[in-house]
Amino acid sequence: MNLATENWQSIRETSTRRIAKWRQDFPILSTEVNGKPLVYLDNGATTQKPKTVIDAERAYYEEYNANVHRGVHTLSQRATDAYEGAREKVRKFINAPSSDEIIFVRGTTEAINLVAHAFGRSQIGRGDEIIVSTMEHHSNIVPWQMLCQETGAILRVVPINDAGEFLFDEFEKLIGPRTKLVGIVHVSNALGSVNPIKRIVDLAHSKNIPVLVDGAQAVAHLKVDVRALDCDFYAFSGHKIFAPTGTGVLYGKRAILERMPPYQGGGDMIRSVSFSKTEYNVIPYKFEAGTPNIAGGICLGVALDYVTSIGMDEIASHEHELLEYATNAIKKIPGVRLIGTAKEKGGILSFIIDGIHPHDIGTILDHQGVAIRAGHHCAMPVMERFCVAATARASFAFYNSFADIDTLIDGIHKVKEILG
Amino acid sequence: MADLRELYQEVVFDHYKKPRNCHRLSDANHIAEGYNPLCGDKVTVYLKVADNVIADVSFEGLGCAISTASASLMTEALKGKTLDEAEHIFQEFHEMVTCHDHVDHGDMGKLGVLAGVSEFPARVKCATLAWHTLQSAIKNRGKIVTTE
Repeated sequence: MNLATENWQSIRETSTRRIAKWRQDFPILSTEVNGKPLVYLDNGATTQKPKTVIDAERAYYEEYNANVHRGVHTLSQRATDAYEGAREKVRKFINAPSSDEIIFVRGTTEAINLVAHAFGRSQIGRGDEIIVSTMEHHSNIVPWQMLCQETGAILRVVPINDAGEFLFDEFEKLIGPRTKLVGIVHVSNALGSVNPIKRIVDLAHSKNIPVLVDGAQAVAHLKVDVRALDCDFYAFSGHKIFAPTGTGVLYGKRAILERMPPYQGGGDMIRSVSFSKTEYNVIPYKFEAGTPNIAGGICLGVALDYVTSIGMDEIASHEHELLEYATNAIKKIPGVRLIGTAKEKGGILSFIIDGIHPHDIGTILDHQGVAIRAGHHCAMPVMERFCVAATARASFAFYNSFADIDTLIDGIHKVKEILG
Repeated sequence: MADLRELYQEVVFDHYKKPRNCHRLSDANHIAEGYNPLCGDKVTVYLKVADNVIADVSFEGLGCAISTASASLMTEALKGKTLDEAEHIFQEFHEMVTCHDHVDHGDMGKLGVLAGVSEFPARVKCATLAWHTLQSAIKNRGKIVTTE
């Protein structure tokens, strides 16, 4: 036995003890799929929910379901307090200066669309430029394409290298006097690459250009501090951080949010309405028309409490160990190629196997209880960059164990045995 | 639990590894492209129709084992058939891969090896991509057909 193996064994023992308690918090992790214990490695698509979140949703509907911001009765006050309490939890979690810079939305997609509508349509015009990168999710491409189509603005794309890393030199060349916004993913969902956000923000700010960060794959896996990043917008989805689907956050700096016109019109986003003049509400309510996902917002707060109790540093370090272990193991399998080998990577393992389509990989792994994603991951330009139609992707969360990785690796051997 | 061997039968492997009629048809008079947005698979189906009979049929494209085998088996099954017969075979095939209870596919010939797909709902679109594309080619709608 070599030293490296001994090291892994000791890391593995410590880790197994550490996560055993966390795993018990997630009821679904002790269920079976296709007669096999569930090995859930599709956390990039959505994460599982801890019992505290599930209980909080139930408690809201059983004990204090009411509309927010409008009732004088007790339940409405309780619901409002809990919902606004969740906003404060989000603020604290990402270290935003003020809770009125936290806008509740349906998810990252809506957050980016909100910026494209309210900021884009008011401040971006013909000939102006928006910069994104090749590794963006479709949700950080299509809203800008739609804006360009409408306004005559131009979308510029920063290329990536063969490892899947953002090419900063190319970014420096693209950014110019016509650039009005930079939109960049924090952690790539298809490659796992972690982008140098602070450097990107610093360069953009030196030219007075605001930066939007798509944090969908980042918030649950590394510590996000919007003040340290100094980004102007930060978007993320609740369901990728152990909260229910249909929840999400757009953080925006107060000055920029106050200048923006509203997103949708309706109740809650107004101060007064008459047919001669309607006055809009203050931020964040100006951007929150209609009754929101109240239970979802409250549960997002509960989910953030939960991950905070574990600690983002603890989570990041565990996932880093998992990624290293999995990367070493998968590299040893002949015929397997990793897509995305950036130096700075999150817990995402995108791969292809010679002569075997990712869909077949997905079906055979599923048969062994292993849930992964097979497809283009809503990042078709990334697939095109690496000349593949699709990849298989295992994506980790803090509750994944070394044993989960072993089952994945055994599964890949099985795939090769059946289809090789 | 559905058995993987039901899905990945020998004949399926054979047609995946050595797809039949997998080439461009230079004298085709009906062509359509098919696309599965879920996985990014693309297929082009070429048809040569004369007097309402499929004189020749071929396909091009890369896909998973199920979609490739299905396209390959489709071209074998349809060559020489009338358009009405082809439509009938498509209906039968579609029922076979979508209905759990559909047991009688004795008349499906080799296509019967894809019956196992009905136990794997996530893979039905793989099995039907080439067929939907064929329908589009027959109607010559000319636009890309998707499985969505």
